[in-house]
Amino acid sequence: MIAAVGSVAELRDVLGDADRVLPVAGGTKAGLSRAGADGVTTLDLGAMSGITAYDPAELTVTARAGTPIAEIEAELGRHGQCMPFDPLLTGAGATIGGTVAAGLSGPGACGHGTVRDFVIGVTILDGGGREIAAGGRVVKNAAGFDLPKLMVGSAGRLGVMTEVCCKVFPRPQATATLAFECGSTAAAVKLAARLARGPVTLDALELDPPARLLARVAGPTHLLDARARRLAAEADADSAPVDDEAGLWEGLVELDWAPADTGLVAAGVTLGDVARLEERLGTSAVDRHYSLGPGLALIAWPEGDLAGLAAILTDLGLAGIVVIGTSGETPLIGAGQAGNAFGRRVRTALDPGRRFLELWP
Amino acid sequence: MQDGTQFVGRLRGELGLGRRVLTDPAQLAVFGSDALTAFHERPLAVVLAEDADEVVEIVRLCHRHRVPFVARGSGTSLSGGSLPVADGIVIALNRLDRVVSIDAAERTAVVEAGVVNLDVSRVAAAHSLEYAPDPSSQSVCTIGGNIAFNSGGAHCLRHGMTANHILGLEVVLPDGEVVQLGGRSRTTTGPDLVGIFCGSEGLFGIALRATVRLLPVAEATHTALAVFDDLRQAGDAVAQIVAAGLLPVAMEIMDALAIEAAEASVRPNYPHGGAVLLVESEGERAVVEREARQVEELLRAAGSREIRGTDDTEERALIWKGRKSAFSAVGWLAPDYIVQDGVVPRTRLGEALAAIERLSEETGIRVANVFHAGDGNLHPLILFDGSEDGALERAEELAASILDLCVSLGGSITGEHGVGMEKRAFLERMFGPEDLAFMHRLRESVDPDALANPGKMLIGATA
Repeated sequence: MIAAVGSVAELRDVLGDADRVLPVAGGTKAGLSRAGADGVTTLDLGAMSGITAYDPAELTVTARAGTPIAEIEAELGRHGQCMPFDPLLTGAGATIGGTVAAGLSGPGACGHGTVRDFVIGVTILDGGGREIAAGGRVVKNAAGFDLPKLMVGSAGRLGVMTEVCCKVFPRPQATATLAFECGSTAAAVKLAARLARGPVTLDALELDPPARLLARVAGPTHLLDARARRLAAEADADSAPVDDEAGLWEGLVELDWAPADTGLVAAGVTLGDVARLEERLGTSAVDRHYSLGPGLALIAWPEGDLAGLAAILTDLGLAGIVVIGTSGETPLIGAGQAGNAFGRRVRTALDPGRRFLELWP
Repeated sequence: MQDGTQFVGRLRGELGLGRRVLTDPAQLAVFGSDALTAFHERPLAVVLAEDADEVVEIVRLCHRHRVPFVARGSGTSLSGGSLPVADGIVIALNRLDRVVSIDAAERTAVVEAGVVNLDVSRVAAAHSLEYAPDPSSQSVCTIGGNIAFNSGGAHCLRHGMTANHILGLEVVLPDGEVVQLGGRSRTTTGPDLVGIFCGSEGLFGIALRATVRLLPVAEATHTALAVFDDLRQAGDAVAQIVAAGLLPVAMEIMDALAIEAAEASVRPNYPHGGAVLLVESEGERAVVEREARQVEELLRAAGSREIRGTDDTEERALIWKGRKSAFSAVGWLAPDYIVQDGVVPRTRLGEALAAIERLSEETGIRVANVFHAGDGNLHPLILFDGSEDGALERAEELAASILDLCVSLGGSITGEHGVGMEKRAFLERMFGPEDLAFMHRLRESVDPDALANPGKMLIGATA
């Protein structure tokens, strides 16, 4: 059953009547918004949309959870600002609530931080329908428990976000991108580690496997050429400027490289993990991409056949989340699936009646 | 709770801690207060733990016998966060001081809770890396305390607070269960448990070790020190720098009284004026040079009558010494002070400062202002003489008015010092009953016996 809600009051009513619930908005991450079981009411927050506060001089924006990121970015853009972590699937209709709930960040997280570094305030309804506000609208705040951060990656399983406040940053004047052909994954990972340690500050760093490294610099227009040349000189691999930069990055944000008919699993990784994952996946036909800034492996695994990938992730000690595709009741797979005592106690405080879907079995 | 002497016996005997369990009143006195000296409490005992396993054993013993415990690093909390509990023990973590490993390629380090903040950067420097969060007490404060209170610092304007630099944690929960939170990547799948543990003020247990993120040491750093006739001008300059789309790593303001204090103590050779503004740019040389030029133009346009810019490491160190020692330096101006760290939206900084000045005039109490201007984080230092009758109470009243002001302007009662003992009564001015009830439920769910740092942040039966 799907219940479209347009206000907090409506949301509370539906929440009060429903047995089990799953909040969704843009539905761009189908694996996280799939109810998966009978008797689950899908709470469609798409109508709870709109920016509620934005003062460019404050560099913060507050919006209802169902607000499309594209709408927020358009408004920020009018004032020369942006959400620098490049939220994924923006063009497909991703919302601010969904972006926080998925906990995934795009290429720009390299230079400026991941989604967790930008969420400073939330209002949620907990499993009992109670409205809880935490954090605030100022960029620095140490009062009370950091519920805003807890919502990052909570996948709609700990509370229903109704409003989110984020830090934003000035948009850089321009960007330039270099592609390095490294010959092997090992060489690419080695170069990535070197470039990430400076001196040229990277705005994004991606590995298009097996061995193509993409590095973006951002800043004042007249300095870009010299900075890109300097970056190229730092590397012992052949590099070339990418001509259709905008197209390249938009494609990566929209995950255009992933085939339409497969699932998608995301996992948090280090550079070392990337090399180890490639050893396992390198010979397979599975499409994949590594966003090295946020430390994210994106794997287009065949839908409905997750056991093989779950085994690989578990082997490597990696935790994954099924962004698109069919998993069990929880979207978590691999090493993180079991959860821990702290997480379970936090969940009990928010949802003692277990109205939300399972995160940890 | 059982008899205290018996419990001390168990610590010494059962756990074999022997002489590392301190009970002598003279020894305990040292641990009676942290940096918020208005509060003092004598604990049952202080235990000097040698390693993480020992901490876990101590917490388990505390849980078994329902004895409350307070973890303590260097005791630099400005909110009374590590104040002992009368019938409980203090677990001193300073001996857990190993930088376990540094991975230069991944830009991460694994450190124990008792490692001093600045030591992380000292060790990382060999790899041209650094640990970014830099509270003013960084030369003594420990990572464990930084995590518990989500400490900030001057450079968190661009780099973020402690929580933004912690990737993974090993934590002992209040019942002695050990859990791993987060990991080694900047992305964690599942809820950000590291995020909510940071800043939980010790109420969720004790962080034993942390995987922290390191940043490359910047190629160039430029510090501009600008003098203004008054505070408002300096505040406006900050607003204009933000409006120009610049993102310095730090923007700090000190008023005339704070300048006077700094000059009297560490002599940073600040120019005389109504206010000084420090703006620091960091990054690639070419980018820093450009930003420094832009900043200087904006400072001049905002009415600065003297600007000193420097790339010199020693000169910068002296400028920052003046700023970072400001709290202790006001000791030259008055015998006692209270420091608050409320936050206001940065666009309302000028308004807030004018209101504080008015409050100071009305009450006849001197207030020195030192603050993280870039993110609206105030640090009013309220000066008084504790030997005068009622002086402390009057100073506290003024402090309360300032916090009310911050909340009414849409800000926060604390930016980086935490609620601790000091601001417990103010939490309800910022949050509604449902919000607070949730905080209590969360605490109760994680620590039903209220053993971990009880009495901090939350007031009430289970706090």
